Amino acid sequence: MSELRELYQSTILDHNKKPRNFRSPQQANRRAVGHNPLCGDEITVYLQLQDDIVADVCFQGSGCAISTASASMMTQAVKGRPLEEALQLFDSFQRMVTGESGADAADAQPKQMGKLAAFAGVREYPMRVKCATLAWHTLRAAAIGGEAATTE
Amino acid sequence: MSAFDTARLRADFPILRTQMRGKPLVYLDTAASAQKPQVVIEAVSNFYRHENANIHRGLYELSEQASLRYEAAREKVRELLGAADAREIIFTRNTTEAINLVAWSWGRSNIGPGDEVLITALEHHANLVPWQQLCAERGARLRVAPISDDGELELDGCESLLGRQTKLIAAAHVSNAIGTRLPVKKLAGLAQARGIPLLLDGAQAAPRFPVNVRELGADFYAVSGHKLYGPTGIGALYARAELLESMPPWQTGGGMIEQVSFERSSFAPAPVRFEAGTPDIAGAVGLAAAVDYLRGVGLARIEQHEAALLAEAVLRLGEIPGLRIIAGGEQQTGVLSFVLDGVHPHDVGAVLDAEGVAIRAGHHCAQPLMKRLGVTATARVSFGLYNTSEDIERLAAALRRCIEIFR
Repeated sequence: MSELRELYQSTILDHNKKPRNFRSPQQANRRAVGHNPLCGDEITVYLQLQDDIVADVCFQGSGCAISTASASMMTQAVKGRPLEEALQLFDSFQRMVTGESGADAADAQPKQMGKLAAFAGVREYPMRVKCATLAWHTLRAAAIGGEAATTE
Repeated sequence: MSAFDTARLRADFPILRTQMRGKPLVYLDTAASAQKPQVVIEAVSNFYRHENANIHRGLYELSEQASLRYEAAREKVRELLGAADAREIIFTRNTTEAINLVAWSWGRSNIGPGDEVLITALEHHANLVPWQQLCAERGARLRVAPISDDGELELDGCESLLGRQTKLIAAAHVSNAIGTRLPVKKLAGLAQARGIPLLLDGAQAAPRFPVNVRELGADFYAVSGHKLYGPTGIGALYARAELLESMPPWQTGGGMIEQVSFERSSFAPAPVRFEAGTPDIAGAVGLAAAVDYLRGVGLARIEQHEAALLAEAVLRLGEIPGLRIIAGGEQQTGVLSFVLDGVHPHDVGAVLDAEGVAIRAGHHCAQPLMKRLGVTATARVSFGLYNTSEDIERLAAALRRCIEIFR
């Protein structure tokens, strides 16, 4: 059970129950739809970019606890940041959940990742990496002008 | 008939003695793939150890023996499905390939512009996408027979979609996603009245109860070896001889020819015409052992055992607050899909995994069906001959654990 608690940390359960920025957009100028072909989950990410700053970001859709909480916490993490920084954060996040960053880097990560470090437990569950990264893939698709994202 | 001795049968399956996440494995995903009894594992291993050679080629004893074993396996599948003649059994990789064979060979000779293929809303992607692609290529139209809210095929709706333009009915015998057993004899009647063939996807039916293609009136019947407690990589298609005779090859090459020159080739008769290249010989040998095993246990007894487990599971899961069972019709068979309020099926699957309980969560390769049911995914338990009441207890306890975590 302890491993399961590593995956479903209380922050994740909280964001799953009460997702933040889970709403239709006010002034979005970008959007993209993301699919996870494995489970049929779908998410739409809306982005309001102003001078390459993420002025606002929100999402809608349905998914598992990991994908919902990841989307919710992503919106909090990137709001107000320069787009480039947001996309760099995606790279770090992806390295963390896939365990690619190696043990040393992973130890150093929580500080840099802030609350997103709650997703570090995903690396023990390779099948769930797609759930954790769906919102981020969709964010990137919205930012670079793509219409659809997929975890494949 | 002696009592169904699950404890004795479980001993035949080495994997059931292993652990998952540090707990004794409760395997409730037989609809995805059945576990293998020792006799199947040994048959495959012994074939490679003592009998391996290519078939229908070598003039030496080993090759002759391998050829005999392969053809004996074909005869076993004939017996299992109740076909008239072993030449009506074609070995494929799986059910999907068996259906693709029909779509490519029979379909591309018989479906043209304006024609229609009728499937049902319950189909696995394997019995949907090949017809959809065929219809798109041929300017034909795919029609979908509706289901009711209780998961039953609507026969009236089905009949109203049939017309002179309908050239084939393709349906699941048992739905892999919600367990509906379709009224396939009635479908056969509808098909026969119009002089068109009926294809049945038997992947979930053949491992769960006795099947006789002639009694059912099926013209094509597709099965997967790995769902029949046999190896992966081997499956079979039954096709009625009369249809097979006029069907062109779909893959060409070695083994399926009669005469070849640089200018042209002539092809061997069925079933060899449809088995280009070296087949999965060891897989066929393993499948034969699985068929022997299933027939030894008795498919009618397996059907009874799984029906009792299903009834028990419906009761026990019904006691769990916020759990909704997706109805699979009056004759639901072997499979039980459900959703748990406020907990995504993937999360259900993850918590159950941590408790050592293996189930399937997702769309079960039936996305249009999920849409019809108004869900994106379900959690699905499915039974095999080795499951017990204790498995259902462990499942129910693990589901309560889900609620603790997520509510």
